[in-house]
Amino acid sequence: MPRNHAIKKVLVIGSGPIVIGQAAEFDYAGTQACRSLKEEGIEVVLLNSNPATIMTDKDIADHVYIEPLTAEVVEQLIIKERPDSVLPTLGGQAALNLAMELEENGFLREHQVSLIGTTSETIRKAEDRLEFKKTMEKINEPCAASLVVETVEDGVRFAEEIGYPVVLRPAYTLGGSGGGIADNRAKLMEILENGLRLSRVGQVLVERCIAGWKEIEYEVMRDDRGNCITVCNMENIDPVGVHTGDSIVVAPSQTLGDKEYQMLRTSALNIISELNITGGCNVQYALHPETFEYCVIEVNPRVSRSSALASKATGYPIAKVAAKIALGYTLDEIRNAVTGKTYASFEPMLDYCVVKIPRLPFDKFISAKRTLTTQMKATGEVMSICDNFEGALMKAIRSLEQHADSLMSYDFSHLQRDELLDELAAVDDLRIFRIAEALRRGISYEELHTVTKIDKWFIDKLAVLVETEEKLRSCELSEELLREAKRMEFPDKVIGELTGKTERQIHDLRHEYGITAAYKMVDTCAAEFAAETPYYYSVFGSENEAVQSSGKKKVLVLGSGPIRIGQGIEFDFCSVHCTWAFAKEGYETIIVNNNPETVSTDFDIADKLYFEPLTPEDVESIVDLEKPDGAVVQFGGQTAIKLTEALMQMGVPILGTSAEDVDAAEDRELFDKILEECGIPRPNGGTVYTAGEAKEVASRLGYPVLVRPSYVLGGQGMQIAINDHDIDEFIGIINRIAQDHPILVDKYLQGKEIEVDAVCDGDEILIPGIMEHIERAGIHSGDSISVYPAQSISEKTKRTIEEYTRRLARSLHVIGLINIQFIVCGEDVYVIEVNPRSSRTVPYISKVTGIPIVLLAAKVIIGNKLKDLGYTPGLQAEADYYAVKMPVFSFEKIRGADISLGPEMKSTGECLGIAETFDEALYKAFLGAGIKLPRHKNMIITVRGEDKEEAVEIGRRFQRIGYRIFATEGTAEALKAGGVKANKVRKIEQESPNLMDLILGHKIDLVIDTPHQGADRARDGFVIRRNAIETGVNVLTAIDTARALITSLENTDIRKLTLIDIAKI
Amino acid sequence: MYNRAVVHAHTALFAEFQADLQEFGAIFQKGTGEHMKAFLILEDGTVFAGTSIGSARDMISEIVFNTSMTGYLEVLTDPSYAGQAVVMTYPLIGNYGVTPDMESKKAWPDGYIVRELSRMPSNFRCEGSLEDFLKEQDIPGIAGIDTRALTKRLREKGTMNGMITTNEDYDLEEILPRLKEYVIGDAVSETTCRERYVLEGSGLRVALLDLGAKNNIAASLNRRGCEVTVYPADTSADEIIRSKPDGIMLSNGPGDPETNISIIEEIGKLYQTDIPIFAICLGHQLMALANGGKTYKLKYGHRGGNHPVKDLRDGRVYISSQNHGYAVDASSMDPAVAREAFVNVNDGTNEGFEYAGKKIFTVQFHPEACPGPQDSGYLFDRFVDMMKGGA
Repeated sequence: MPRNHAIKKVLVIGSGPIVIGQAAEFDYAGTQACRSLKEEGIEVVLLNSNPATIMTDKDIADHVYIEPLTAEVVEQLIIKERPDSVLPTLGGQAALNLAMELEENGFLREHQVSLIGTTSETIRKAEDRLEFKKTMEKINEPCAASLVVETVEDGVRFAEEIGYPVVLRPAYTLGGSGGGIADNRAKLMEILENGLRLSRVGQVLVERCIAGWKEIEYEVMRDDRGNCITVCNMENIDPVGVHTGDSIVVAPSQTLGDKEYQMLRTSALNIISELNITGGCNVQYALHPETFEYCVIEVNPRVSRSSALASKATGYPIAKVAAKIALGYTLDEIRNAVTGKTYASFEPMLDYCVVKIPRLPFDKFISAKRTLTTQMKATGEVMSICDNFEGALMKAIRSLEQHADSLMSYDFSHLQRDELLDELAAVDDLRIFRIAEALRRGISYEELHTVTKIDKWFIDKLAVLVETEEKLRSCELSEELLREAKRMEFPDKVIGELTGKTERQIHDLRHEYGITAAYKMVDTCAAEFAAETPYYYSVFGSENEAVQSSGKKKVLVLGSGPIRIGQGIEFDFCSVHCTWAFAKEGYETIIVNNNPETVSTDFDIADKLYFEPLTPEDVESIVDLEKPDGAVVQFGGQTAIKLTEALMQMGVPILGTSAEDVDAAEDRELFDKILEECGIPRPNGGTVYTAGEAKEVASRLGYPVLVRPSYVLGGQGMQIAINDHDIDEFIGIINRIAQDHPILVDKYLQGKEIEVDAVCDGDEILIPGIMEHIERAGIHSGDSISVYPAQSISEKTKRTIEEYTRRLARSLHVIGLINIQFIVCGEDVYVIEVNPRSSRTVPYISKVTGIPIVLLAAKVIIGNKLKDLGYTPGLQAEADYYAVKMPVFSFEKIRGADISLGPEMKSTGECLGIAETFDEALYKAFLGAGIKLPRHKNMIITVRGEDKEEAVEIGRRFQRIGYRIFATEGTAEALKAGGVKANKVRKIEQESPNLMDLILGHKIDLVIDTPHQGADRARDGFVIRRNAIETGVNVLTAIDTARALITSLENTDIRKLTLIDIAKI
Repeated sequence: MYNRAVVHAHTALFAEFQADLQEFGAIFQKGTGEHMKAFLILEDGTVFAGTSIGSARDMISEIVFNTSMTGYLEVLTDPSYAGQAVVMTYPLIGNYGVTPDMESKKAWPDGYIVRELSRMPSNFRCEGSLEDFLKEQDIPGIAGIDTRALTKRLREKGTMNGMITTNEDYDLEEILPRLKEYVIGDAVSETTCRERYVLEGSGLRVALLDLGAKNNIAASLNRRGCEVTVYPADTSADEIIRSKPDGIMLSNGPGDPETNISIIEEIGKLYQTDIPIFAICLGHQLMALANGGKTYKLKYGHRGGNHPVKDLRDGRVYISSQNHGYAVDASSMDPAVAREAFVNVNDGTNEGFEYAGKKIFTVQFHPEACPGPQDSGYLFDRFVDMMKGGA
């Protein structure tokens, strides 16, 4: 069937801010789909509230709206842009839910807009628990005994009928929000109550517990004519019970015979056919490990995280093909872009093994429970490819960048046998390391399988690695043994540690024996056809297929690895744009990255893609083969920056700002000297190694002080100390995570925080705009609301900032990007941090100013001057609209995490509000972040002493728009004294009814709870904040954020928003 | 981070652990050290060195590759591989051991080539390791070679003959001419059943001409209620016709189709009757040859479970299981005799015919699956309908 020519203008809805369960994979899918649509001459209108995405670039879509993802906005946008179709299957659950809402309220029909890529009936059948169950029953596909309930009582009755444990899955939530396994009545009631509230339709599925069964997924494609194929199947190493996003996953399945494989494949095809899906779909199964019994767990009628993984694992571009299908093409009409010969109607065959490991945020949330459940907690993931499982696992472990490079990286040798087995019973992110320890102690496969339910095949593979460790430790390092260890991807460093040699000695020995990495191609067809796309993975002991190309100048772009808090999708944006910029300048581009969710690892972004860990050894193997003319490290976050020294030792020139200058910005003494030379003030402080020294510095400066380790990302380990006791505690924590580096102690200045990104060509600078943070200094810049143009600083201050930026960029010899954070107290400007590289705010500031700073940076790196690029150096003129970047958090997903904001970054993503007035921009930003108020018009205020005065003013304003205020004793007194009506409520530790009952009563819109500074805040209010978050109540922990919110609510109407096409900026 | 001292303390325990591992018994091989070296020598002189698995005897055969990721056992027991050595392109083979999923009574390939053979088969139906099975079946094999490099060579140069040997002092000058000379002989007579046998059923009666049939062809009909009588390949057309079957099934089988001169003749006689006929793979080729068609050798064949075939009746595409080195040249068939019914979406080669004015349809691919997708299983239903008098 050829393309449907009635489709001319399509609205593509993105997935919004990055949150746990909905991450970069949708930028990848959306970007690929938009490019696929434009290829067909379709006019693309894009809506996504997330400014850090590549899909919101003007070269990806024709009209770009970075607006909140609410039904009201989509309606206004459809009226404004008049698309003929909406494609909602590429923006995750967020987009699908929006489309459903507009379909159900009749808006789409009324405006003659059709849904393409799916139908509302399909979405309903797949997403509505009840409908889904009915549909599965109709085609005899088994589901676990289950019942959809809308009340806690019904849930309890059903659970007691089928017996505990039961699994709870709320309908229409992402990442399994609010779900869990309950093994008794109390637990059931707790989870159920929460799940009912989080579900968009107030439904929760109570289901027979199939924990311990094998968890298998199939990615399926179907076209309008009914042709269907499976792209890939995947097996979770962690059996059912852990969310697939938190599981270690292998592709293809390893422990299924053809009987099981085909049984589930046929079932998946039956399901996609019955649901009448046109496009991609993901089906999850639980397979009984000892029979052929299986249950369908879930169907996602859209592209998903798993489909991104499947695309990268096979080379089959699911989103691209899904977009073509939406236009009416059939699978046999769509060419396979990887082989260039075959068509989309075939099934990829792998001749390698793929391992995915989730990146979990427990390094950021030290207080959080590490236990993995059916609720996803991972912020990102890594993937690796090898021709053996052991090698793929080893590569994936080191790709995580969590200081682990083998199964020995976490030490459990202190545990007794029983303790070890007890710990193994609970699933967490360290389980494979515990299994390795158990294997070292001779605990049998049978016992490990009984405790973990992990298939013995996988346990044996871990045992192979443990045996190899042992051989390396106890045997002579023969050539054969070294070959075998490298085949399994043991890094030189680990082999060195085990054999008592240095990493360098192993490296040299390897080269002496000719043991070097070879590269194989991901070609979708197991070498049956010659492929055209240079997408490579490394193996040892095989023939190399990667051809060292020559002719053009070659640049190596180092990616940013897995998405984690503090290093998100922004850096992928920068890497991709840098790659495109170099390509435009005539360079051959080579990307190295290991994140399957991102655009940068799509097969057609760079000229060559190496899907590899970002460690010096792995990169060196690529350098040895490709011999690039230079490498760019300034776009890939800390991951790439950390490789600078190694690259220089390999003789690869670092393009742009030199490594010494990067170091100078991080080295306290060197940096102080530069500041002094430039005549730029910074808060007083000192460098220390011990708590004693820190206390000395603190007493000299006077409390409060800021304590942080040097060389960290996202403010990890940064704390504000108000007394000696805090210092002791913080230094203790810091020493646990980063011992090698000195600790910085600075005077804490509570001024306005200002941020600037600039491009420098060595002489001149270009500042697209100055951003101001709404929250006062002390809250990590990534967690602050950022406003462009800066609102409350004087013209003189702006000039000072421009001047300081120029001086700093010049003295650090910056070629490319630089990010500087300032504190402004009155007219005084202090520098608090300088990063001579790309930053989190680069995509945001580029989009709202229309100045493509990554492109400019790449051009100056190549040798152009800003003046020759058509820009007047210096601070650029301010735009005549306002743009607000709002952090978005995923606290409800991480049990036990403290949500109060401070110097350590906690947000997972961001959204943008852009408008002609500041208030509307702010309102849109809050809306985009999911704060849609008012609802019940009840709120709780409980603030620390120093915030009381401001709380009165804020309370008064909330009261004026109709809010009923509840407050704890001190705050209530203050409010009353200020003439604001406040209902006093008891504190949590007091008898019922107290604050907690109020929160659990579900009628509260908002909690304003500003915690005390210092270590004490961990106790005070922690329970309130956690409970509020877990019951879906908005919580603000900074008084400035609260003020911003009320200002935006006072001045804006959701039905009358102005939508700005940023492609026109 | 890791504490070395603690690890040394485990060394003693580790020895114990290894002793435990031995108890896994036969399924647990004792490390690569005990494996003999083996070599795969291709007729173009390429030599791959690996370790010997299965039988250690020397064997010359035609080297072909199969891209299926599961179903190694079905591949090994598919009689169509007689005279060939199979390279599995998926690198991890034997993961679920030996299960009852046999497509015939024994393993047929003359050689088996894998990247890595699993030492720890794991499946609830596992009855033993693949390595032991290969030994039992006396199949020579080689593991630990770069199967992707080998596959690329076969793809680029076309199917080649080769030899698996454990003789480290092999003499290329002596071996290469022998490799070039090798041809698969009369493989059908070797793979067909010796005597007629019957799979009981209460419904339609099907005569299955066993040209080296996979079990699941008969089983697929049997599951649909048919009584299936399986005949040796040299059975005369008369004998089959005399038995008055409701339909005739021609099976898959090994080798060059053109060498089966007398069988083609008998099939020609079957064509003359009004009995509905369904043919798969070799059966499809022989029916075409019986009706004036020509077959030719594909460069490297189709072997795997991912081949898209298009049903020209309605344009639907199905993913099929395939195993053939020869194909029918569709242009050689008189359109008045047979209409092309299926084509391969990848390379446009013929995948099936419908015979004009006859209740005969034939396919190149394997609707019986095993291994591979079950998407085209509906063809057995079509055959049953046809036998009942439908189209």
